[in-house]
Amino acid sequence: MLEATGIAVSFGRHRVLDGVTLSVRPGEVLGLAGPSGCGKSTLARVLALLLRPSAGAVAIDGRAVRGWRHRAPQRTSIGLIFQQPRLAVDPRFTLLDVIAEPLRATRRPVDRAYRLAEELGLTSELHGRRPHEVSDGQLQRACVARALALEPRYLICDEMTTMLDASTQAHLVHRIEAYRERTGAGVLAISHDAELLDRWTGGNVREWDGGGTRKREGGAREQDGGAETRSPSALDRH
Amino acid sequence: MAISQSWRRAWPGRSGRRARRPARRHRLALGTLAVLVLAVVLVPLIVQLDQQLVDLRAAGLPPSPAHPFGTDEVGRDVLIRSIYGLRVSLVVGLVAAVGSVVIGGLVGLAAGAAGGLADRILMRVVDGFNSLPHLLFGVFIVALFAPSATAVIVSVAVTHWTTAARIVRSEVLSLRGRPFVDAAISGGSGRLRVVRRHFLPNLAPQLLLATVLMIPHAIWHETALSFLGLGLPAHLASLGNMINDGQRSLLAGDWWSSLFPGLLIVVPTLAVSALAQYVRDRANPRWRSELML
Repeated sequence: MLEATGIAVSFGRHRVLDGVTLSVRPGEVLGLAGPSGCGKSTLARVLALLLRPSAGAVAIDGRAVRGWRHRAPQRTSIGLIFQQPRLAVDPRFTLLDVIAEPLRATRRPVDRAYRLAEELGLTSELHGRRPHEVSDGQLQRACVARALALEPRYLICDEMTTMLDASTQAHLVHRIEAYRERTGAGVLAISHDAELLDRWTGGNVREWDGGGTRKREGGAREQDGGAETRSPSALDRH
Repeated sequence: MAISQSWRRAWPGRSGRRARRPARRHRLALGTLAVLVLAVVLVPLIVQLDQQLVDLRAAGLPPSPAHPFGTDEVGRDVLIRSIYGLRVSLVVGLVAAVGSVVIGGLVGLAAGAAGGLADRILMRVVDGFNSLPHLLFGVFIVALFAPSATAVIVSVAVTHWTTAARIVRSEVLSLRGRPFVDAAISGGSGRLRVVRRHFLPNLAPQLLLATVLMIPHAIWHETALSFLGLGLPAHLASLGNMINDGQRSLLAGDWWSSLFPGLLIVVPTLAVSALAQYVRDRANPRWRSELML
């Protein structure tokens, strides 16, 4: 289980997170809804071990996290998909380089990058293109492929589908759901779009409430947090 | 390609005329530098210069077909000595510029990538160096050695690395906060890999630009130190020594012995500046691509 307990983050005098507690079980897809600027992305960075909180603790599958960023060996257990793909890729990399980067960094065979590109619908003529030569949707597909490259135990999708067209949204969610079903990974879907989260998670949405989160009331379907398998086709309507 | 061509037809001012006009300027700059580099490489192979030779019968001759740049007060050909001088100045300028950017780049990279206490200590060292008047400090360093090209190179490199350090540090700090660096760390990249795969390639245009712009500056320092009699040995043909020697002839109306060595400082400086702009533009991946979406 990916557990965050009493997380507080401050930037100077400004306290962004204050005692947030959240947990994601393996196989679960949990939605986190909240307005823009409330600190969802900051929490995502803490959960991805990229930002050390000023207070609180993070544990992955029962093991407490002690180091952050480069000093966190468990960081590859958590995949993070960013809101803005243009900022999330090195402008000098080709799409294939973007996907292969985690494989190269961890000295794994890079053949998997081709398979991931194909799964995400990136045709071979897109492989050699740089970020400014492709659309936002194509770039986000590469970012999703990169996040899945190391088969993380938990996946954090931070406003992953914002600014994308409906068909790309549906395709990306479909791929992540397929990955979750195949590997039993836990997924935390963060968005300000409560409707999308409702459909994706079957109502398993926590709503941002001041400094913390609470269970969303009146969701489409209540889910007890287990490893429920959902049909991605439910999202195709979006 | 069809889209690209029709786009160009529709907006000729954006992709056609504007793209071609700077290219001519850059070609001129490259051609000038190529001619100068060829001259400093080939002329010494054809004409051997005796640095000590004095011919008082030919002293102070104005420019003529036999001596296109004239002769100096002791009868030495200004053209041949200028080319030999430019060779020395270019080598000193290039090595000193690369040296200063390498030192500054390493310090800036270490400060920016490590952050925290290491950053604060390194930046205070940079402030310390910046608080010293750099020409005076350079004079102090060359005074520690016998006059030689090595002394000038060390002097320029040691007094000029701080600019590169500041540029590199600020760029690294900006890069550190970018989501793609977070993504690399999240994907298992260690510190060195992030530096090698993300920081250095993204810093390359700035480093290249800093080096290219430092070359003429280093040449000015070489000439300034030689002009003060502290740089290269006085008999050795260098642009600084020649201008220094030429100032005495100026009072007698012999303008050529200072003007031509001076032009050989100004012209390569302008050409290098034009090329630096071109290098910076080419380093941007957007400019490299012909595909516009």
